[in-house]
Amino acid sequence: MGDEIGLGHYLSVAAILFAIGMAGIFLNRKNVIVILMSIELMLLAVNINLVAFSQFLGDLTGQVFAFMVLTVAAAEAAIGLAILVAFFRNRGDIAVDDANLMKN
Amino acid sequence: MIATAAFYLFAFAAVAAGFMVIAARNPVHSVLFLISAFISAAGLFVLMGAEYLAMLLVVVYVGAVAVLFLFVVMMLDVDFVEMKQGFLQYMPIGGALAVIVVIELMMVVAVWAFPEEATEVRTNPIPTASETVADPNGPTNIEALGLVLYTDYIHYFQIAGMILLVAMIGAIVLTFRTRQGIKKQDPAAQVARGRDVELVDIPSGQGLS
Repeated sequence: MGDEIGLGHYLSVAAILFAIGMAGIFLNRKNVIVILMSIELMLLAVNINLVAFSQFLGDLTGQVFAFMVLTVAAAEAAIGLAILVAFFRNRGDIAVDDANLMKN
Repeated sequence: MIATAAFYLFAFAAVAAGFMVIAARNPVHSVLFLISAFISAAGLFVLMGAEYLAMLLVVVYVGAVAVLFLFVVMMLDVDFVEMKQGFLQYMPIGGALAVIVVIELMMVVAVWAFPEEATEVRTNPIPTASETVADPNGPTNIEALGLVLYTDYIHYFQIAGMILLVAMIGAIVLTFRTRQGIKKQDPAAQVARGRDVELVDIPSGQGLS
């Protein structure tokens, strides 16, 4: 890659952010809040990819789809946190690795 | 040159903040680093020329989603230090997986090139930088987006609205609870008793004697 900032640079940033989000899900197995934040990071990386491709190809469609990803991310955060609050009310903690109420 | 420096600034800020999101001990710090990562990403969007999405990222993510996270983190009374246990236990597999994914994606990025015919099959072409300079009155980023979002993609737009409506109803249903054993006023029952309320027809100009 030369001195000019090109598509590859943006895709690299997005790739690293996506991997960080993925690692966050593995490392914070107990903390649902950080897992949700990791998912937000991954969606942000996807958005960076969509916008980068859209701008460097010169097609606006990618940005329209980045909108949709943004919408779904917001909806997912709202629902996820609502489930978390309901879960906390029932159990008194938010440890997900022993969330097996449905099983017994 | 300034654009290059700005890119590296925002890129390193985004990656460092993203790393701190998963590494911070205190979830409140995680949320604040998440906000930092979003703002850095908004900077990257501005550098690319997607100004509207950058502003949307700041408003929607920082203004709504991150604040929602902050509310929930502060509302839940949980021992977060204890939650950090298992971090080192999962470190090898999590780290290895992350490194593998980065290497794989880099291999894709390194050889990526747009095919020749890609520019001909664009559905909504954006004017290139040189064309924008030649025609300064051309549509800006937000105008161009509005031109396609409300016409070609109107169904996607409305589906997005439905998704947000469903999310709103779902969040209310999940967190709504009728609390037992609290005292509150019931005006309808009070009026229905009948004996406490009397309707008086007051003649005009005379008042109640």
